[in-house]
Amino acid sequence: MKEKIRLVDDSGIRTDGRKPDELRPIKLEAGVLSNADGSAYIEQGKNKILAAVYGPREVHPRHLALPDRALLRCRYHMAPFSVQERKSPAPSRREIELSKVIRESLEPAIFLERFPRTAIDLFIEVLQADGGTRVAGITAASLALADAGIPMKDMVAACAAGKADGHILLDLNDLEDKEGEADVPVAYMPSINRVGLLQMDGQLTPEEFEKAFNLAIEGCKRIYALQKEALKAKYLAIKEAVEEAGQK
Amino acid sequence: MTNVTISRIRQKQIAQLLSSGKRLDGRGLLDYRPIQIETGIIEKAEGSARVRLGKTEVVVGVKIEIGEPFPDRPDEGVLTTNAEFVPLASPEFEAGPPTEDSVELARVVDRGIRESKAIDLKKLCIIPGKKVFIVFIDIYVLNHDGNLIDASALAALAALTNTKIFKYEVKDGEVKIKPGFKDLPLINYPVAITLADIDGNLIVDPWLDEEEIMNARLTISFDKDGKICAMQKGGSGTLSPQQIIEAIKIAKEKSEELRGLVVKKNG
Amino acid sequence: MSIFYENREIVTPGDLLAEGEFEAGRNAYKIDSKIYACKLGLVEYKGKTVHVVALNTFYVPSVGDTVIGKIIEINLHGWTVDIDSPYLATLRPTETFNKSYNPQKNELSEFLNIGDLIQAKIIAYDRTRNPLLTIKEPGLGKITRGQIIKVSPAKIPRIIGRKGSMINMLKRETRCNIIVGQNGLIHIYGRNPEDERIAVLAIKKIELEAHTSGLTDRIAEMIRKERRGMV
Repeated sequence: MKEKIRLVDDSGIRTDGRKPDELRPIKLEAGVLSNADGSAYIEQGKNKILAAVYGPREVHPRHLALPDRALLRCRYHMAPFSVQERKSPAPSRREIELSKVIRESLEPAIFLERFPRTAIDLFIEVLQADGGTRVAGITAASLALADAGIPMKDMVAACAAGKADGHILLDLNDLEDKEGEADVPVAYMPSINRVGLLQMDGQLTPEEFEKAFNLAIEGCKRIYALQKEALKAKYLAIKEAVEEAGQK
Repeated sequence: MTNVTISRIRQKQIAQLLSSGKRLDGRGLLDYRPIQIETGIIEKAEGSARVRLGKTEVVVGVKIEIGEPFPDRPDEGVLTTNAEFVPLASPEFEAGPPTEDSVELARVVDRGIRESKAIDLKKLCIIPGKKVFIVFIDIYVLNHDGNLIDASALAALAALTNTKIFKYEVKDGEVKIKPGFKDLPLINYPVAITLADIDGNLIVDPWLDEEEIMNARLTISFDKDGKICAMQKGGSGTLSPQQIIEAIKIAKEKSEELRGLVVKKNG
Repeated sequence: MSIFYENREIVTPGDLLAEGEFEAGRNAYKIDSKIYACKLGLVEYKGKTVHVVALNTFYVPSVGDTVIGKIIEINLHGWTVDIDSPYLATLRPTETFNKSYNPQKNELSEFLNIGDLIQAKIIAYDRTRNPLLTIKEPGLGKITRGQIIKVSPAKIPRIIGRKGSMINMLKRETRCNIIVGQNGLIHIYGRNPEDERIAVLAIKKIELEAHTSGLTDRIAEMIRKERRGMV
């Protein structure tokens, strides 16, 4: 029999040293791929994920084109080496489902009706997975869309909360995700207060759910601030450099 | 004639009625369509059920086979759920590999059953690490008139309640099937409730026309103790946090109503 | 009535820019009485209108624009031209064969072949159909010499400058002919490769520093420095 792992110790500290409502360290960068029209990279804990946007562009095959708006296509994919045991590169049922819910979390953020008959193709590649890849993927994808100059109602920030060892925790890592009692991934547009992705598995009472959901929203707000910073970073750096040079 | 696109005038009509608390088919916002459940309809399957939810019709067959356990769970049986959008069910369905929608349907139904631990998988172990029972749940959509998730989840639960597994004995490391059957060890009864948001109004059990114009849907699965065991937002729109909390309250009540239909039927 | 940023401050999609009796201008949108940004850019409050000058964008065709494009396909209807926008453009055979075009007789590729670059003007575009091009006006047509560089279409206004101040300075100082396509493609041809090299360098610097002030002077100085370095 496997021994039950303790995920939260007596003083409320998690296996990676975090407090229950603490995010993992996050690194976000926009414009990381030169071929893509927009791109972004995220590290969240040991997650390493790339997102790239191509388009709006001609739709192939052409019969898929929509007369009144752009077609958003999304592929969430995990690299074979991203997990402990090699994953087959063929898309799994899990990846098919996640591609769909990720797309549905981003569609409402984009002014798709401004580009009829075109396609916006979004690719999310998980290079290393550490729990919460779908939400980290959405965070990066939203940044890539903004980097591509695609008009958006808001940036979509995503974060999960869940329950492990009886505690409601923010941003579950791989171990907490696998051994914990429940996982609630959420994608949220803070400026307009709308939820675009919500899933749950595990077991939670409605009261526990509400607590976890609110915590996830709080996490989204913090990640949103990081997204804005990452989007501005390149331009602010140039501006500062120019102004500094000007003062000399 | 396909019903892929509904006319704008119909859209308007549906939305206007909703804002005055009514629906095109006469239902209240929080009413399900009439539900009919029949079990044991496929004799060759170890368990089966047909659910009619209004004009939506779903058959679930459960097959039991002996196979190998997953390496990380050597002492548990295996549950696998699949959904087929049979082309005869809708002008929109085509023969071919599973679509995004059918994969989502199967996975949402599966999640409700798995996360509520409805089947006592430990009791399906025959020889640890070597032989276990595999439970195949196959969802067959026969007519699509909206809300396939709730109909399928209900049909799956009904089919599991009448699933029999064959008796066996283990002799010299070999599994021998014996005459006779026993009940599948079913210890929880998950029910999925789907709500849709149309112009800010929450409704339960959207039918096809309502699905066409909804912003988004939210499916919430409850186990027998009133715990949430699965959730899935779907559709290309959004919900407000307040709506989500409201939806849970509605769904909890509705889940008890729907569970009663299955549990009563089986005593 | 309130505004939430300084003029020319960097904003990101979803930022609440103003509330009250304002109108949403470029790259902004309105919900009830709130104006939000829909792109990364610099916010501009101009009277009652709130704009966002995008820092990064792609080219959306507009009638009257001069663009530079590449022939990518030839069919019975004419040439298909990639103008680096969400929509491919069409150049009709009548552009070169007048009314005498006969698909069985005339070979379009003899006039413009796949891979050829053209400078063209958009004469029709309404979102339901792909943009239509003409090369009939003076200065338009096949590009046969010099070089092409690509910049973000968001930077084109800065490369032209107020009343053409930047582009005129560039032409004068680099001694190159420079044709700016609104779609972000720029055609440069000079008397020698060195002149062209300096022009490319200058345009790249403008693209990078487009959102900073005092740019024209800095660019002029850079060009003079490059020239001195050569001597």
